[in-house]
Amino acid sequence: MMKNKDTLKNYETSRRSFVQKTALATSGLLTVPLSVEAMANVHGAKKLKLALIGCGGRGSGAAVQALTADENVELVAIADAFADRIEKSLNGIKDHFDGKKKIDVKEKNRFVGFDAYKKAIDLADVVILTTPPGFRPYHFEYAIANDKHVFMEKPVATDPVGIRKVLATAKMAKAKKLNVVVGLQRHYQTKYIDIKQRIDQGAIGKIRSGQVYWNDAGVWVKKRQAGQSELEYQMRNWYYFNWLCGDHILEQHIHNIDVANWFIGDYPVSAQGMGGRQVRNGKDHGEIFDHHFVEFTYASGAVISSQCRHIPGTMRRVDEVFQGTQGSVEIGKGLITDLEGNSQYKYPRKWGEDSNPYQVEHDRLFASIRNGGVIADAENGAMSTLTAILGRMATYTGKKITLEEALNSELHLMPETVTWDSTPPSVPDSEGNYPIPTPGKTKMI
Amino acid sequence: MSSKLKLVFTFLVFGFLFSTAQEYFTETLLGTDHSLDLVFVKGGTFTMGSSKSEVGHFGDEGPQHEVAVDAFWMGQFEVTWDLYNLFVTREIDAYQSKKIPTSEVQIDVDAVSGATTPYVEMSFGMGIEGYPAICMTQLAAVKFCEWLSAMTGHFYRLPTEAEWEYACRAGSTTSYSFGNTTENLGEYAWYASNSDDKYQLVGTKKPNAWGLYDMHGNVAEWTLDQYVPTSYRTRKELVKNPFQEPSKIYPKVVRGGSWMDAPKRLRSAARRPSTKKWKMRDPQIPKSKWWHTDAPFVGFRVVRPVKTPTEEEQRKYWNYESTP
Repeated sequence: MMKNKDTLKNYETSRRSFVQKTALATSGLLTVPLSVEAMANVHGAKKLKLALIGCGGRGSGAAVQALTADENVELVAIADAFADRIEKSLNGIKDHFDGKKKIDVKEKNRFVGFDAYKKAIDLADVVILTTPPGFRPYHFEYAIANDKHVFMEKPVATDPVGIRKVLATAKMAKAKKLNVVVGLQRHYQTKYIDIKQRIDQGAIGKIRSGQVYWNDAGVWVKKRQAGQSELEYQMRNWYYFNWLCGDHILEQHIHNIDVANWFIGDYPVSAQGMGGRQVRNGKDHGEIFDHHFVEFTYASGAVISSQCRHIPGTMRRVDEVFQGTQGSVEIGKGLITDLEGNSQYKYPRKWGEDSNPYQVEHDRLFASIRNGGVIADAENGAMSTLTAILGRMATYTGKKITLEEALNSELHLMPETVTWDSTPPSVPDSEGNYPIPTPGKTKMI
Repeated sequence: MSSKLKLVFTFLVFGFLFSTAQEYFTETLLGTDHSLDLVFVKGGTFTMGSSKSEVGHFGDEGPQHEVAVDAFWMGQFEVTWDLYNLFVTREIDAYQSKKIPTSEVQIDVDAVSGATTPYVEMSFGMGIEGYPAICMTQLAAVKFCEWLSAMTGHFYRLPTEAEWEYACRAGSTTSYSFGNTTENLGEYAWYASNSDDKYQLVGTKKPNAWGLYDMHGNVAEWTLDQYVPTSYRTRKELVKNPFQEPSKIYPKVVRGGSWMDAPKRLRSAARRPSTKKWKMRDPQIPKSKWWHTDAPFVGFRVVRPVKTPTEEEQRKYWNYESTP
């Protein structure tokens, strides 16, 4: 029935898409907005199946961004260690689209437990990896081994063994021409891209020093519930356990450390620093520090002071600042000054005028998949995570440590396999306190 | 003269005259050095909205109509981070004032829900001590009022739109409380042209005729009302204490304009609706109930009505946002 008409329509659309494809290729610019149907043809109409691995607030947010980035994406599978998380996540995603998008993950494609990720990844073309970071190397390895495109959140590991796994997998991803976007979203933020270009063009000369900050009041704490096993408690309150989180110098401050690496165009040679837990030191706070101060030294001699603090009532600042041979830049203010402090450039866009970098990450990822491009963020993601691990090693031990030592370290916080019968890598003493790193005593290599 | 001195002075002068109207009132919070300065705003009538001939007039500001407002105390300044963070961290809850049968508020502080800690540093490096709190949702501002009420035993809430405009005008009928032109705006307000792209310390510009600071500019301020662009059209005769009760989360009204805004948004009559775009960059789903990642221009101040509402009414004022 109506076969001729359909055929004709298909012919028309494919002819049109050919013309548009050619135009795109030659001009590199899309001047006429295409209808959704035409767009699907330009990039191939294939539906992309999406799986969400780790469906907390950030994972659910990333799923919404993926579903927004491309009209022809369907969320087909979801996995989490906890069943209650899945329901909550799907409801949040549905609510976001307000009925305007079909969100219908079949009951049999909702997977719970530590091996759930494999089953969900198997069903997808594109996967979102947003569990606590300790699991990331294993999930990433499985996804790439099975030819999936990946969006994964930072940090990408919590120990050097994990880093080496991610680096090896990153090579594999490149060879397979798979797209990997890492959630270091400053790389996708107009302001950072604009200022980076200016610095590359010599706006402040060569970077000699810098200060990077994540000083804030801290994050959530989940209280221990009656009847929870030690493992379940740590999985729920994961921020405070190093095998899962890696300490806040990784989990949050990696953003700022990564900007230092990106702007200098290198990774540091060594680090030394200090830290401790002065205020956030209760039984609910696991084993992580509440402050770290690290000096990263680069091959050029440039030194970056990195400070991160989770203490309420203290000075707050999340920012990156660099001093060069010919001037300085304060990224927060978007301000470039000369050696006398005179303004040379001010980033012109105001609040809310820039695009949302969390969305841009997914817009680029899906556009690249459609166009046969390759985004390869994993290697830098791993190296910046390693830089933050290096910083943590320095503050925990109180020693100077090289990046090479960190990269080759046998430190292995994250177990190869975890089941609900596993004993977590660190357990509390009879009073409920966890072993805390002690500078001068703790060994970290 | 510090506000505390003013309070003592006011007691001396008016206390003996058995006046009920203190001009200034300082709310102290036990367990902290921070306090809250309030100005007495006597009840009265005023013309709400603006005429079509006003420069910058927008359709939702008309028609102008007569409004009567009951007396209240109003925060002399926008709520600062110093105060707001006490609500976020809930560190001084143990110092809740003892309830006595005559307390305006009988609720327990433990029953007030608390804001989550944000993932983003919400002052965006613009300053904390003495600077206005920003980026809170209206729910968060409302819950701050409930928390403050529980802590002090005095009933606090957000101002209604009518109360806000009445207080902003402070008896004036002009575009701004000091006149019709923007010539002197910089003496009274932080706005796009003089703010250096950030909010500024509260109370550093001239106050209006009733002693209220930063009603124009610095940060825009939450009111209780749902934003209905046509709400004034239904008001014919003198309306007493008008209030557009909210029935959904968006849009609600913010007033006064901010450090980011052009002068016309700072006018006494200018209304701005809230939108869910103010959470655009919140990377989490569900997005936070407590924080507007993309509204670094929104803050608030509190009012304490002279006539305390009943317990049932109090609950209503503190729970509008959760109404579907």
